[in-house]
Amino acid sequence: MNRLLIRGGIVVDPSQGLEARRDLLIEEGRIAAVGENLNVPSAETWEADGLHILPGLVDLHVHFREPGQEHKETYATGSRSAALGGVTSVVPMANTNPIVEKQADLKFALYLAQDQAVVNVYPLAAATVGQKGEDLTEYADLKQNGAVALSDDGKPIMDSAVMRRILEYASMVGLPLFLHEEDMNLSARGCMNEGYWSTFLGLPGMSPAAEEVMIARDLILADETGGRIHIQHVSTARAVDLIRIGKQRGIQVTAEACPHHFTLTDEAVKGYRTHAKMNPPLRTEKDRLALIEGLKDGTIDAIATDHAPHTRHEKEQEFELAPFGIIGLETLFPLTYNNLVLTGALSLSDAVRKMTLEPARILGIDKGTLRPGADADIALVDLNLKRVYTEDEIQSKSKNSPSLAGSCRGGRSGQSVGGNIVMRDRKLLV
Amino acid sequence: MNRKDLLDIQSLETEEIYEILDTAVPFKEIFTRSVKRVPSLRGKTIVNIFFEPSTRTRTSFELAAKRLSADVINIASERSSFVKGESLIDTFHTLLAMKADLFVMRHSFAGACHFLAERIPVPIINAGDGAHEHPTQALLDLFTIRENKGTLSGVKVAIIGDIAFSRVARSNLWALTKVGADVHITGPATLLPKGIERMGAKVCRRVEEALDGADVVYMLRIQKERQGSHFFPTIREYYHLFGLTPNRLSLAKPDAIVMHPGPMNRGVEINDYVADGPASRIHDQVTNGVAIRMAVLFLLATQHHPQTAHELAAEE
Repeated sequence: MNRLLIRGGIVVDPSQGLEARRDLLIEEGRIAAVGENLNVPSAETWEADGLHILPGLVDLHVHFREPGQEHKETYATGSRSAALGGVTSVVPMANTNPIVEKQADLKFALYLAQDQAVVNVYPLAAATVGQKGEDLTEYADLKQNGAVALSDDGKPIMDSAVMRRILEYASMVGLPLFLHEEDMNLSARGCMNEGYWSTFLGLPGMSPAAEEVMIARDLILADETGGRIHIQHVSTARAVDLIRIGKQRGIQVTAEACPHHFTLTDEAVKGYRTHAKMNPPLRTEKDRLALIEGLKDGTIDAIATDHAPHTRHEKEQEFELAPFGIIGLETLFPLTYNNLVLTGALSLSDAVRKMTLEPARILGIDKGTLRPGADADIALVDLNLKRVYTEDEIQSKSKNSPSLAGSCRGGRSGQSVGGNIVMRDRKLLV
Repeated sequence: MNRKDLLDIQSLETEEIYEILDTAVPFKEIFTRSVKRVPSLRGKTIVNIFFEPSTRTRTSFELAAKRLSADVINIASERSSFVKGESLIDTFHTLLAMKADLFVMRHSFAGACHFLAERIPVPIINAGDGAHEHPTQALLDLFTIRENKGTLSGVKVAIIGDIAFSRVARSNLWALTKVGADVHITGPATLLPKGIERMGAKVCRRVEEALDGADVVYMLRIQKERQGSHFFPTIREYYHLFGLTPNRLSLAKPDAIVMHPGPMNRGVEINDYVADGPASRIHDQVTNGVAIRMAVLFLLATQHHPQTAHELAAEE
């Protein structure tokens, strides 16, 4: 029998209310036991003194660009980027070329995942044909073939009548809608948050209202239809308020926030920095603080990256021409640890919960836990390791990160996916 | 001036603003001579590259360079929105390889000059970037105000019109607040951008409030395309609410002057009698523009490369 004993680390597992020094026994790719001073002579041992042992992180929001834009990212490079960041399960968005909208597209995505990826992949499928916001894709068939959710991410569903039918039909099938909320008429041509800094820089702004009116609409439609919605990359204070009210009213809504939105503000665009350009855009300090408040009180369930790779020549141009998006898988944990845990906003356990148990619950998958019987998806981190994030170490094919040259505590150390060790002693083994 | 480029007014020190204004004074004096040319930039190659149509600014820069005896190349290119092709940086590397000494660039995207200035070693002058800034326009406006009022500090300036899409408004806001002028802005609520009050101007809801006791009335050009795209209903209503008529102008000080960056839309933001009347300094602005641009070209082209090739050769 294949046995591995991880010894001497501090296990942080919100699913068991555990944050203590424990040994972890893995057998045949599953967690077999979590206990004090486990003695298993037949097992290979992995000394984890001084390390924290977390359930592998679950990221609800990544773009792996394959098929269609392999120059930016592939399943091979994107999943290694995830592995380096302690992420063991990812949800790639459907806006590839072709779009994941039919059974065949989904099967190809799953084939790429199995053939190329070093972490677990849970694809979702487009909610509408061509992500045009008009005709529904085959939800039942897509679910049966492995889609965990539906999303036109990157594009909102502008037509309220279409959205209503989507929610009715999806609730029959039992799939949640992952929503990129943006009223395209309100955000028209904008490339950063509308406010003092867009005025200062002379750049067209995107009103926060563009995000908020769509969230308000979809909360109402979810209430009306009983559909389940998940609000992606929440970025404004009013959006947090709306979701909080929605939850109080019993509407089936969950929400995610991205590290860049709770660490940076629109001032970061000053100097026309295209690494600070993403959609939704960086907002104001008031919004940033409201997101942290929403994370604290549970309004925002999960932390997700919206990992969006773009090449250097695509980002290195006039600000308005540069594409939206930044990479995030490798900075997910350090940014969260430094900006939420070390600042005292969240306990380590609550922060880990929002990157493990909560996203797994939203997806309805049995991940994000170290309970015996679960897949041995484990991330080992060294919370005392302080390091500077440099381009050389990035595993993603793209290097578009505003965190470059930034210093963070909370370095990666090791990782197992389903019992396969993909990283050890800070080195990727795959 | 101790900087490579002139990208915006916002980052200029007040002393640098005055240095440019003072340098322009003797250059303007040259215009009264029969030979309107000095040898200051002989042997320098200046490239005017305009990615947006322009007549007055391009001509003004060209004339300024020629009056300084520089060689001037004009490039007009339609790199309008989202055109595929050579990247901006590659275009500039090509021109640099031909040994250009200074660039003057206009571009429809805000920040395009900042982007280049970080990546190329020779001076760049921003001749207008999107809705961001148009620094030489603000400098020539300060020059004109000082010429008329004797001072800049404490002068009440009313800026009226489309603030949101105006690079002239932004540059003037920074410039006027830096020199201590009292700036009041007004325009349709739809064309007042978010957070503009943080830039140091008083925002007025009514045009009368902005005009009351003003020393300078600065009208901005209204782009007719804005009509019917939700910003205001009609030119007729715009003129009715904001157009500068003799009646409105009488709210300002008796010796108030009227300015406009051009090109004017008569009957839209400004009435014929005001545009052609005794208070108008619109043509003086154009004249002063050449002097200011000579000053900026001179300061940047000589201070960044203090030694010419000829001087270097003489040393050896």
